[in-house]
Amino acid sequence: MTLRWDVLAAILGMALATYLCRAGGYAVLRVTRPPPFVQAMLQHLPGCIFVAFLVPAFARAGWPAIAAGAVVLLVQARLGRLALSILAGVGTLWLLRLAVPG
Amino acid sequence: MDQRGGFTRAGIMRGLRAALAITLGLSPFGLVVGMTSDGVGLSLAETLLMSGLVFAGTAQLVALQLWSDPAPVLAATLACLVINLRLAPMGAALAPVLDRTRGLRLWGTLAVLVDNSFALAIAEMRAGRRDAGFLLGASLGMWVNWMAMCAVGHVFGAALQLPAGHPLFFASTAAVLALLVQLWRGRSDLHPWLVAGAAALMVQGTGLGAPWPVLAGACAGAGYGAWRDRRRPA
Repeated sequence: MTLRWDVLAAILGMALATYLCRAGGYAVLRVTRPPPFVQAMLQHLPGCIFVAFLVPAFARAGWPAIAAGAVVLLVQARLGRLALSILAGVGTLWLLRLAVPG
Repeated sequence: MDQRGGFTRAGIMRGLRAALAITLGLSPFGLVVGMTSDGVGLSLAETLLMSGLVFAGTAQLVALQLWSDPAPVLAATLACLVINLRLAPMGAALAPVLDRTRGLRLWGTLAVLVDNSFALAIAEMRAGRRDAGFLLGASLGMWVNWMAMCAVGHVFGAALQLPAGHPLFFASTAAVLALLVQLWRGRSDLHPWLVAGAAALMVQGTGLGAPWPVLAGACAGAGYGAWRDRRRPA
């Protein structure tokens, strides 16, 4: 159980930077009332962030992952159970990898 | 403003239960970070301290990939700043919930905000429940899971021998995808989401790495949505 000083400094730097990101957006919003356009943007932001994260990831991952992703979407839209959707996606990808090696 | 119901114990418990439902999706990512951390020579104490304080998987992975001896203080800090910039608009989008709390409850809840708890909290908010306790509970549930999995990955990583492309690691992506379904409000979301995805792909195509595809896509999609809503009020 060692803890070196240089590692500790790096961890504290990382933690501080991350907290600034977490709290900063809300802190700015608290002191300045944003213009209506920015408020309208914030309504759309949640979905758009995740879409912008997922689309490039799937584009890199190839078609077995895309097929597994489609299964996740379908199961979640139909049954609304997160755990089940995740299991279905992992299971689909696992089967596809077994069926099509490489 | 009415402060009642702004931060309740019942909300925290509901958040914890919601986090439990995606345990499977969260766990593999923690395993990877623990394994990577062991791989670059960090001790278990250092690994848990980093995971506990930073609690942001992608940023930790990137920082660990550029780890050196002595530790890269500036590079690791900058990596966290850049990659976690996406969390800033999340806090802003949760303002209707966060505005109802103050002090340690407010700034402490923000300290553990993560993508998955953000998505759950937005879904709660849109269902009309504005309890910041839910956000804290969901985040804390994920934090406990995160710490446990980072520890397992660090201690047993060498023995598990899971290759990088193992289907198990798809669980994190699947979790985000399933959460996205919960954020779907109807057809009016379609075009902003298409714009977000297309913009993210374009920026990735130019060779820019994280976080630029995400930030550009999110801004483009949300900007388009705001522009459209103001032209033709829903």
